[in-house]
Amino acid sequence: MSRKAMVGAATILAALTLWYLLTTVLGVISPGRFPSPADTWSALAQVSGKGYANGVLGEHVLRSVLLVTLGFIVAVVTGVPLGLWMGWSRRAEAVINPVFLVIRPIPPLAWIPLAILWLGLGDMAKILVIWFAAFVPSVINSYAGVRNLDRTLIEAAKMLGTPFTTFVREILLPGASPMIFTGLRLSLQASWTTLVAAELVGAMTGLGRVLNVAQQDLYPGMILVGMIAVTICGWLMTVALGMAEKRALAWNTATQAGS
Amino acid sequence: MRVFDAKNTLILGLMGFGGFLLLWTLLAISGLIPSLFLPSPLAVAERFVYLLDNRFAGGTLIDHLWASLLRFAGGFGLAVVIGVPLGLLMGWFRLLDDIVTPLFDAVRFIAPIAWVPFAALWFGTGIGGPIMIIFAGAFPPCLINAYRGAKFADPRLIEAGRMLGTPDHRMISEILLPSAVPSIIAGLRISAGLGWQSLVGAELIVASTGIGYMMVQGQGNVSTTTVMAGMIGIGIIGLIIDIILRRTEEIILRRRGLAH
Repeated sequence: MSRKAMVGAATILAALTLWYLLTTVLGVISPGRFPSPADTWSALAQVSGKGYANGVLGEHVLRSVLLVTLGFIVAVVTGVPLGLWMGWSRRAEAVINPVFLVIRPIPPLAWIPLAILWLGLGDMAKILVIWFAAFVPSVINSYAGVRNLDRTLIEAAKMLGTPFTTFVREILLPGASPMIFTGLRLSLQASWTTLVAAELVGAMTGLGRVLNVAQQDLYPGMILVGMIAVTICGWLMTVALGMAEKRALAWNTATQAGS
Repeated sequence: MRVFDAKNTLILGLMGFGGFLLLWTLLAISGLIPSLFLPSPLAVAERFVYLLDNRFAGGTLIDHLWASLLRFAGGFGLAVVIGVPLGLLMGWFRLLDDIVTPLFDAVRFIAPIAWVPFAALWFGTGIGGPIMIIFAGAFPPCLINAYRGAKFADPRLIEAGRMLGTPDHRMISEILLPSAVPSIIAGLRISAGLGWQSLVGAELIVASTGIGYMMVQGQGNVSTTTVMAGMIGIGIIGLIIDIILRRTEEIILRRRGLAH
């Protein structure tokens, strides 16, 4: 084990011990402010077994992840082609870009009240908000991806009379995909944050709802469980996207090398 | 040719933006979507101007934006004052780096918005709670970019400094900091954007003043124009913050270019 890993492990261990000492043994931190390890464990047991805020932990997680996935897919399916088109056609860029410049400075979270006003507190409002949040990074990075393509390659394809579909499949997508995936990662993070915020503002189930109810109940143990669940889910989704990226990009280099 | 292109782009851009406004107006006045839910752009503009000197939810639009800006300044300022020096120190002292990095990595992945319940519990919903959430959003880029920037320092300068027996604090302030400035400024821009966004989220959930609170009240009163006017206000302030930091970046980079 390297020195760095040893110091790291020691630090985490020290932090956990300190947590236990300060909350449980010495009682310096009152249980109303931050939960002890035992409180956290019992909160986790409660939400996993009996349920909390209209559901057990699995239901909340499933609900949140499902909504994010849906909103994210809608944003990607609409945003990436639009970005590719804007990168490809100067005219499309000139027409659409100004609208984007106006919408872009509005942070995703600022769409939440409007979405609630339009669609209420149900699932459709959440999907709409996630769509707004994830759409902009999808478009901008796909657009930048096309702009960074090798001009010679494009000219050569044009000169050789490459059909449009072949061009998209063999040059546009492989060339732009690293940037597209950067955009997707940003989109996914924005989606997750926005969903949690939207659920905190109003929802029936979901991890944000757990946080919201725990806050109203002044239940620190459950707040911590909710935060940890939000963090782990967000992290796992990023990891899953990273794996998809690796697979997609490996496939691309393979076809490029093979042709 | 180039002039023609620029002119063409401008015309097409105006067409695009005009088309967007026209479509919006048509949808609004045709009654296809009730104007209660989709007011026309003109109605939103009118409401925006009206809110500038009429009170809604306890203050004018300016009052709310000012309250938000003060919170932002508090949270962002704290993030810079703690994050940048800590990042530089971590770039210099190996042991500190090894200790802080695992803790930081464990906390960094928590979405700033997930801190809302604890922020409210610890610091209340007035000023302290929202400031903590802005801090949670703005702190990581400050620390990471200062740390990465410190690693850009020329090893020869560090060696020379070591040989001449330069004390640690001067090594950091006179060798690491100057090399890290471009990276730090880039970090500040990211950090300001994230901080401003986190603030809006925090105010939607817990606050009794501020632009986010005004929008929630607008939503409660089914006043779509108020919500949209709030969105415009948020966009404008966000843009101004970004422009200020971008200009600062330009000025500093230019000065450094002259100094060398």
